[in-house]
Amino acid sequence: MLTRRIIPCLDVRDGKVVKGVRFRDLVVVGDIVDLALRYRDEGADELVFYDITASPEGRSVDRDWVERVARAIDVPFCVAGGIRDVESARRILHAGADKISVNSPALERPELVNELAAAFGVQCVVVGIDSLLEADGEWRVRQYSGDPDKMRALPRRTLDWVVEVQQRGAGEIVLNCMDTDGVRSGYDQDQLHAVRALCAVPLVASGGAGTLEHFRAAFVELDVDGALAASVFHSGAIRIPELKTFLAANGVEIRP
Amino acid sequence: MSARDVVLVDAGGTNIGSVRYALERLGVDARISGDAGRIRRASHVILPGVGAAGPGMARLHKAGLVDLIRGLEQPVLGVCLGMQLLFDHSEEGDTACLGVIPGQVRRIESDPQHRVPHMGWNALRRVREDRLLDAIPGPAFVYFVHSYAVPEGESTVASVDYGSPLSAIVRHRNFCGMQFHPERSASVGALLLKNFLCP
Repeated sequence: MLTRRIIPCLDVRDGKVVKGVRFRDLVVVGDIVDLALRYRDEGADELVFYDITASPEGRSVDRDWVERVARAIDVPFCVAGGIRDVESARRILHAGADKISVNSPALERPELVNELAAAFGVQCVVVGIDSLLEADGEWRVRQYSGDPDKMRALPRRTLDWVVEVQQRGAGEIVLNCMDTDGVRSGYDQDQLHAVRALCAVPLVASGGAGTLEHFRAAFVELDVDGALAASVFHSGAIRIPELKTFLAANGVEIRP
Repeated sequence: MSARDVVLVDAGGTNIGSVRYALERLGVDARISGDAGRIRRASHVILPGVGAAGPGMARLHKAGLVDLIRGLEQPVLGVCLGMQLLFDHSEEGDTACLGVIPGQVRRIESDPQHRVPHMGWNALRRVREDRLLDAIPGPAFVYFVHSYAVPEGESTVASVDYGSPLSAIVRHRNFCGMQFHPERSASVGALLLKNFLCP
């Protein structure tokens, strides 16, 4: 039985792991390799590293820390941030990342998803989507959400983008629901439900985990394949071993 | 373990670094080489690989390594795409593969309970005894990421259930394969790599 994945997310800025509320007020929470090892030891099924400064500044993530992480840990990890062409993706994958995730650059140039899938196979290609509910009741995507001064609202509907990126070769979608991100009120049930219905590839929920029950609901009621969280893990509010024990006791298939 | 002369076949597979680091953690300093003579001299050969079958075979042809790999007599391990390339043929791009293990690589059938790619940690099911499985606990979880697979068959040592039983570990003569990523499968993966390298 394929197990559901618990995925700590490490936002990286200038080589350190940081976290803010609603992408603002970032504080340093620790060293990349130290945190990666801690989460691996606690039973994280996968790690995601987002270089949140990379895209707005028009540069790609530097390869140095990717290689350090790849040497240190023996669970899979995905790198996101400013990957804008096949060559920058290749450098990250050669440095030892298992998957690359594209977000803003795919919105700039959607063909990027096709090119990455052709070069590396769909299984390497994750599309991250930052999405917000607007006044007219539609979810729409956001670009450059790593920097509040550069963030852009796009006319593109989230649900249309979910369909399009799968056609272009996304092997997994990470849906970051910005209305709930960092505030620990639970994953965005309505939005995840709507996206799940249109998503035939693995779907990872992101934004809003605050309690053990939020994870259970995401897996059991929303049928997501993975649940990503940052602040509850970094702060120690939720420990992965207790989370896994809770999920197993509530009928969720997890890796012991 | 350090006396092993392990060579990773360099044919552009993007997980080659990860496999090398996993061996480093076992105290094995593996060489990366695309040189026929160097590969032939190795005590153990590993064929890593991520991506699609067609480009994967094209890279081996371009590097002039197809006949060399077919003729290897030392233990050979294919990882992920590297395992699939050991079989006769892949449906992915209708690709003729190395043909050192009999069998076909097919697309995983997708349904609402079984999304493709098959991505994440799934349990190994022991099919027959093999020293690759020595000291592997039950249940043992390993990390899969793939859209194509070899159905359970003659060469299957351990399988994984994903809609139907798929080959997770295979062996035919000196050729072994792991469909999942041992380099990213925590302590179980490390033990499987160690078992491959043990005499």
